[in-house]
Amino acid sequence: MDVAAATSLGKLIGAGIAMIALGGVGVGIGNIFASYVSGALRNPAAAGKVFGNVLLGFALVEAVALYALVIAMLLLFVF
Amino acid sequence: MEGHSPLEQFTIHSVVNIPIGGIHADITNSSIFMMIAVVLATLFLTLSMRGGALVPTRWQSMAELSYEFIAKMLKENVGDGGRRYFPFVFTLFMFILFCNLLGMVPFSFTVTSHIAVTFALAFVVFLGVTVIGFVRHGAHFLKLFVPSGVPIFLLPLMVVIEVLSYLTRPISLSVRLFANMMAGHTMLKVFGGFVVALGILGGWAPLAFIIALTGLEFGIAILQAYVFTILTCIYLNDAVNMHH
Repeated sequence: MDVAAATSLGKLIGAGIAMIALGGVGVGIGNIFASYVSGALRNPAAAGKVFGNVLLGFALVEAVALYALVIAMLLLFVF
Repeated sequence: MEGHSPLEQFTIHSVVNIPIGGIHADITNSSIFMMIAVVLATLFLTLSMRGGALVPTRWQSMAELSYEFIAKMLKENVGDGGRRYFPFVFTLFMFILFCNLLGMVPFSFTVTSHIAVTFALAFVVFLGVTVIGFVRHGAHFLKLFVPSGVPIFLLPLMVVIEVLSYLTRPISLSVRLFANMMAGHTMLKVFGGFVVALGILGGWAPLAFIIALTGLEFGIAILQAYVFTILTCIYLNDAVNMHH
């Protein structure tokens, strides 16, 4: 196999492997909302106050998924 | 059917050629939308506050709410020392919000879907926060990288980790906004193509799905503006009040 073909193969496999990161992201997002729901069921009055933090936490975890996407795109289209 | 790539919506083309020296200081579609965002934000705030009634009209209420939202965010995260940074943080929030929302208009251009734009914003924040930290605390600012309550033999490793995580702040801040916007719009384009290609198969379900996805994208546009701003406030807090 010549170098160009091997590089293309490597790119595709690498982009696929980068998607393993999404497993952790799923666990993270589920964790945030699970604790929010559990806390809101115990203390409904305080649920509104903490919702801002829930959204912030969600966005921060989502960002990790997008870093994985950026690495995959970098592998596919830049190298 | 012509093969239009879903990434075509991100191309920048210049509208007015302005060569200054050797540089292309053109007016591009990106800069036109930035100007539209600024004009819209300015019009929203100035026209809503015209009249200045004690019992606000609906528009005035919205303008006051946006002011209060950012003022409260700064007060909660930075405290009283944050008030002097209110104009910057407010401008940052309104600019990113309007740019993101303008991108949701069909056939428009999303300014923040380019890493150049978001990195410029994030780097300004990072540079500003670092300069503020050094001006306020001098060399004592470096204590930020030495967390308290760490056993002495772990300290060198912890300092390296803290410095590295501080230096990656502009990257994470910019990539978060850029990737959210780019991935969101690309996904809308791709799924939109699928909906058109499906035609009558699936009935109304594909259309309902893409309507829900567009709603999600609106939510993400607003959320990402909020997250950028609140992270700026948190970094400002690190620099202004060094409670580590």
